[in-house]
This record gives sequence, structure tokens and C-alpha cells, in this order.
Amino acid sequence: MALPAEHVRIQHEQTKTKQWRIKYMKNNAFRYACLASALSLGVALFSIVVFISQTGFLVFKDVSWKEFFFSATWEPFEEKYGAAVFIAGTLYLTFLTLIMCTPIALAIAIFVAEMAPNWLKNVMRPMLDLLVGIPSIVYGFLGLTILIPFIRETTGTLVGDGFLAAALVLTMMVLPTVTRISDDAICAVPQHLREAGYALGSTKLQVITRIVLPAARPGILTAIILGMTRAIGETMAVVMVIGNTAQFGWDLLTPTSVLTSNIVMQITNVQFDSTWNYALYMMAFLLLFISLVLIIIIRQLRPKGE
Amino acid sequence: MRESLFHSHRKAIASAIYTNRLFHIFVGIITVSTFILIIGLLYTILGKGLPKLSLDFLFTLPNELEAGGGVGPFLFNSFYVLILSLILSLPIGIGAGIFLAEYAPNNRFTEFVRTSVESLASVPSIVFGLFGYVLFVEYVGIGLTIIGAAVTLALLNLPVLARVTEEAIQAVPQDIREASLALGATKSQTILKVVLPAALNGILTGISLVACRAFGESAIIILAGGTSTSGFMWDFNLLSQGGTLPVHLWYVQSEALVPDATEIAQKSAAILVLIVLIISFTVRFPLWIQALITKIKATPRKS
Repeated sequence: MALPAEHVRIQHEQTKTKQWRIKYMKNNAFRYACLASALSLGVALFSIVVFISQTGFLVFKDVSWKEFFFSATWEPFEEKYGAAVFIAGTLYLTFLTLIMCTPIALAIAIFVAEMAPNWLKNVMRPMLDLLVGIPSIVYGFLGLTILIPFIRETTGTLVGDGFLAAALVLTMMVLPTVTRISDDAICAVPQHLREAGYALGSTKLQVITRIVLPAARPGILTAIILGMTRAIGETMAVVMVIGNTAQFGWDLLTPTSVLTSNIVMQITNVQFDSTWNYALYMMAFLLLFISLVLIIIIRQLRPKGE
Repeated sequence: MRESLFHSHRKAIASAIYTNRLFHIFVGIITVSTFILIIGLLYTILGKGLPKLSLDFLFTLPNELEAGGGVGPFLFNSFYVLILSLILSLPIGIGAGIFLAEYAPNNRFTEFVRTSVESLASVPSIVFGLFGYVLFVEYVGIGLTIIGAAVTLALLNLPVLARVTEEAIQAVPQDIREASLALGATKSQTILKVVLPAALNGILTGISLVACRAFGESAIIILAGGTSTSGFMWDFNLLSQGGTLPVHLWYVQSEALVPDATEIAQKSAAILVLIVLIISFTVRFPLWIQALITKIKATPRKS
């Protein structure tokens, strides 16, 4: 014969353990939910690589890899799929963009991080962040309506489309990104290194070039490589100003084409199970491959354990 | 001998000071001219487009052949796709960020997750677009749709969200976690009720960044969502075509037959820039106010 009080106590304890159990189940469930979301990012990357490569590698059934990588004749209607123009174009365009972008971005980063007074920093940093968010199509539109007529006037060419226009537009797009990351890298250099430099009688320029920049080098390299991945993958801004013609454009002012612009111009017009389509997917796989390699390089740049 | 050494030193110092001054001027000029150039260009876009804008343009249907059409369905689709993609990507992206910041053990699995996040962040958007195209058009077979565009866009958002959340959470001081755990809260309660609110500022800034990027994205939308819309306003059907305003800007500029194409393009570009500015400001404005208030509160105590 259990006392009513005893009964209540047991019941109370039971509900309490139940609450505890639920509490810890919730705790675990949350942990696994987070784990699952993290894992799903890996799955997403994996499936993108699989889908794109699977479709892309079908091209080598009909086209030899030698022709695909080294031939410069891209005539899909005559079954000629040489992507050399686009591959070289992408690499060349990225190179041009970096040549123009890096010095300017570094100068602005140094100005913001080392020279600007605080109020100016607080204005310039949000402004750079804002510029990162401007849609790429707007930059393309600017290039098309302002830059190309300007190039036509100053150089006297008839078209104006080409690597010069594309590289200038890309420089403007990539600049805020590279600047902000370099700025962060420069700010992360410990203050006492600078003070040691000044104490030895260095000028600001000497401190910056001989102490701060070498110390911030991994961060700055990361910024440049991230800028590179953006320049390589940028599509719409490039499409609008590059001219979209499958020919080499080394002299900067000839209409030409790169991997991204060629894919987006042609993909909507082709049958899914055609060699043409497979060739376009193979080009996308190349883009994917280049950007993955760049990321691995960034990871190697970073000190271990971070 | 001694004097010449002194002399040469003085010369070296003088030239060092001189180059230093030159360097200052040089860097200043580059910075100022770049900023003037970029702001000037943005001002041109807004200046050319905004004065011609009317409410009509924002809400009426586009016209394929005659002048005077609007961008209503495209603008609507832009927001619809953006919101859908955020709904899909926010929980997963923030979850992954929490995992990386709070749970991740220091082992190869974490290393793998981190590498995937960074790689995914650098995948060109056109590759995402092709992926969406293969997945939704070829395998699922629903064609170019709003939902396809939203899901593919969500993939673009995920890595950025994860990274921003991780950074924001890592900036939260350790002692408030310990205080919460000492009160008997479980780890999940600590994260949800203490850490996340403390990291909210950083996360919100990250979300605004992601939203701007997703709003302006066009390559993905062309491949997974198409270049046109269902053709009427307020169409919530997930399976109708998902052309957005950036795509329309491209289409109008490159292929359209309308006589007033240039004007439509100018106005669309102005709207795009304006909306991106608004998204950035609405998220940052409360943060600024907050910072200002704490500053004002802090000043009298100091003096």
C-alpha cells in the first residue's frame, strides 16, 4: 500500500527523468543536424564534380583529347571541337586582370590599413563591402555602354570588344574583393613588428615594404588567388564585352571568347545528348578543376592547424 | 672619411624620407582616383535610370515588340527566387557553420568539410548553373523552373553562409559559453540561446552579403531558371519559368527587339543597384544605430 505522497514523488521523478532524456535527445539531435548540414556541403560538392565530369568526359568518345585541348578550330556544325581558344583565352584574361588589379588593390589596401585616419577607414571599408555586392551583370552593362564606346574612340577599332574591355571590367569587379582580404591580412600583422621597425628609424615606406608586406604575404597571396577564382568563373560581365567569337585575341582588341562566355552562349541551343553539349560540359569541368586546384594552393599557403 | 660617411648617411636618410613622401602621395592618388571612378560609374547608372523610373514600369508586364513594357514579373521572380533560396540555404548553411565552430573535432573529417566549404565557395557560378540544368532539366525533367533556380542558387549561398556563421561564432567570447554551461544548460541550448544571439550581428551581415550576391546572380538563373517568365504578375507557381531581373537586363541588352531596349536596360540596371544598396543598408543600419547608442552610452562614463 503505497502512500499517496510516495506515489506523487515517484511520478515526479519519472517525469523528471523523462524531461532529462528529452533534453539530452534534443541536444544530440541538434548536434547531428549540424553534422548533417556540414556533411551536405561535402555531398553537394561531390555531386557537382560527379555530374559535370560524368557528362563532360563523354566528349572523348567522339573527339580525341589532343584535338580538344590543342586544336583551335571550334566549328560545332562541322564536328570540330577544339577548345584551345577558350582555354588559352581564360588563362590570358585571368592573367591580364591580375596584372591590372593587384597593384591597385594593394595600394588601396595599404592606404586603408596603414595610412587612412579612422573615420575614413569606417567609410571606405563598408563602401568596399558594398561594391562586392553589386551584380556582375551591372558591371557588364557598364562595360558595354560606357567602356566599349570609350575604347572605340580612343583606339580607333571598329568593334571595341575583346580582352582589354573584359579585363578592365573584371578588374573593377575583382578589386573590392582583393582589396578587402589584403586589408584584413595587413591589419592582422602584429603592431609590435611595426613599432620595432620605427624604433630602428625606418620610414613608413620602409616599414610597409620590408616588414608589413612580407609578414602579410600569405594573406595577400590568398586574396590574389581568390580574385583569380572570381575572374576565371565570371560569366555574364565577360559575355557582354568579349565579343563571343571563337578566335584568338592576343592583341586585346579583337573579339574573342573564353570558357565561361562560350558555355553560356551556346548551352541553351544544343541537344543534351550531343557531342557539342558534352564538349561544353567538359569546358565547365576544366573551370571546376582549375578553381579546385587554386583552393588547394590557398590551403597550402596557410600555416597548419588553422 | 668620417665626414663622408656622415654625408652619405644623411643623403640616404634624405632620399628615404623623400621616397616615403612620394609613396604616400602615390598611394593616396591611386586610392582616391579609383574610388572616384567607381562611385562615378555607379552614379551614372543611377542617374541615367532613376529619373525615368515610374511605378508602372515596376509592375507592368514586359512587351516583346512595342515600347512601354515593364519588368513586373521579372522583378517579382527576383525576390521570389531569392527568398526561396534563402529559406533553403539558411538552416543548412548556419548549421554547417555551427558545426565547424562548435563541434568540429580536430581531425581529417573536419579538414575534409573545411576543404569542401572553401572549394564550393570558389566553384564558378556557371558550373552551378550547369549542375542545376543537368539535375532539374535532364534528370528530374521539369524544365526551366523557379524551384530549379532557387535550389541551384541555394547551393551558391551555402558555403558563404557557413563561413560567415563560423567566423561570427568564433568571435563570441568563451566565458559566456561557460557561464551558460555552468547553469546546467546543454550544449545545444547554449548555442541556440546564448552563442547565436551574441553572434547575430556577424551572421546578419553575412546574410545581407549572400542576399546581394544571390539577387544579382544571372548565369545560374539563365541555365536553371530560363530567360522568360510565365507572363503574368504574382505567379507563385514553382514550376513556371524563373527569369529574373538581371537575366532580363542581359536579354534586353543582347537579343530583344523592343525599340526602347536601351531605356529598359538603363532602368533595370538602376533598379538592381538600388535594391542591392537597400538590402545592404537595411541590414547594416540597425547595427550602426546600435553601435552609435553604445558609443553615446559609453561616453559620459568615461568623461
